[in-house]
Amino acid sequence: MNVIQPIQHPGKPAAATLGLVDVDIHPRAKSIDEFRPFLSARWWEHLTTWGMRQRHGYTGGQPPFPKAQPMASRRDAWPPGGTPCSDLEFMRFQLLDNYGIDVGVLNPLQPSGQGDRNNGFSAAMAHATNEWQLEAWLRKEPRLRGSVVVPYEDSAASAAEIRARAGDPNFAQVLMMSRTAEPAGNPRYWPIYEAAVEAGLPVAFHAFGYSGWAMTNGGWPSFYIEEVSEHATSCQNQVISLVVEGVFERFPGLKVVLIECGFAWMPSVAWRLDGHWKHLKSEVPHLTRAPSEQIRDHIWVSTQPMEEPERGAHVLDICEWSGWDHILFATDYPHWDFDDPREALPGIIPAERRRDIFGGNARKLYGF
Amino acid sequence: MIAGPVAEIPPGGRKLVEAGEGRRIVVFNLDGEFYALANRCPHQGGSLCDGIRTGHVTAPEPGIYSYERRGEMIRCPWHSWEFDIRTGKSWFDPRRVQVRQFPAHVEKGSALVEGPYRAETFPVRVEDDYVVVEA
Repeated sequence: MNVIQPIQHPGKPAAATLGLVDVDIHPRAKSIDEFRPFLSARWWEHLTTWGMRQRHGYTGGQPPFPKAQPMASRRDAWPPGGTPCSDLEFMRFQLLDNYGIDVGVLNPLQPSGQGDRNNGFSAAMAHATNEWQLEAWLRKEPRLRGSVVVPYEDSAASAAEIRARAGDPNFAQVLMMSRTAEPAGNPRYWPIYEAAVEAGLPVAFHAFGYSGWAMTNGGWPSFYIEEVSEHATSCQNQVISLVVEGVFERFPGLKVVLIECGFAWMPSVAWRLDGHWKHLKSEVPHLTRAPSEQIRDHIWVSTQPMEEPERGAHVLDICEWSGWDHILFATDYPHWDFDDPREALPGIIPAERRRDIFGGNARKLYGF
Repeated sequence: MIAGPVAEIPPGGRKLVEAGEGRRIVVFNLDGEFYALANRCPHQGGSLCDGIRTGHVTAPEPGIYSYERRGEMIRCPWHSWEFDIRTGKSWFDPRRVQVRQFPAHVEKGSALVEGPYRAETFPVRVEDDYVVVEA
């Protein structure tokens, strides 16, 4: 993997002396036709005849709530004649060049085939999405890295896709969603983790997804503000499941990245698990290490959005409890809740910590 | 400074003007009245000129809604923070979060050709009316 030399840039935060790495960029195809070269005739016909059928109640596979701004995007992120982040030139201008970003990690969300009810189609679309990333973005722009999109409800197909990408420096991680059909620690998903560790790739869980279940324990909520707040709770399930199923015991090399889920909740989940573990060890005898240690060692988090308590000192506490060296900077471009790197981090965070969050931590994790 | 000819900013329209030293001001026409705000959102710096104009949805209780003051709010194109175009005050915390407002008014070109206001990018013609911003 090429080791980056941070570029000097007027739009870059001054503290980003180890480089500016953005771990959450959402590219989108201008139209579904961009996937055609990467789908077999059989699956292209399926797509154009039947369309995508994600496991999602009430909505026919569409996002269930209107999202603040059209296509959940900044209103100034629409290139002429296109949709947000569908045009490499425009994205370079508005994001990479504007802020002096050294490395940007792509997380394609829609369409990607993830969560489709047809497993074969889900795998074909995920594969096409990865080919499309290479063709439309990664081979054209050396600052970008892709995510290996996997049809995560079919772990055998997912593992095959990961192994096909192993060793390709264009890909930085494996991408899953925070809502899965069963909790992410379930052994049905283990082949994904096994292949990822083999390939030396972290596994990212991005907020959102298509579990087929309601997104709260009380059923379907009324408002988008409830859905977007649920991103944190969706990851709490996943963290607890990954730990107690023994995934990190089984795959000590596994690194998990939680994207767009916040992290102030994570220390409390760890403390709670530790408390229960002391009493319930006999139920989970395969756990040899305290849950908090496993979380601390195996899980990374991203800043957009990070919780912002009113008292600045509390920001420092949250980062300390979560692990200063496990916090990664993200813009979430082009989405409406985008973070400007020059404005996003609360002022109380010391310069050397900002330096690590902006670049040092991601470079260590991903090997950039 | 002279923001531009009145005819260039029709009712419902807006114009982004350079106010020197990198500052930008956005001028709105609200039914014939002109208002000028700093273009930079106080949150993270989104360009307010690129946002949509909207109104107030109010609810005295859950389930009872009314839409008021249509077109009198500007919504930041990034995180949807909303500001009253007339005052610059934010919708969610009007006392503490505001965008700077500048006085704006209309003057005849005949009164402006003598100064003191400046229009660096266009000629001022005596027969036209202009929007003037005190910035």
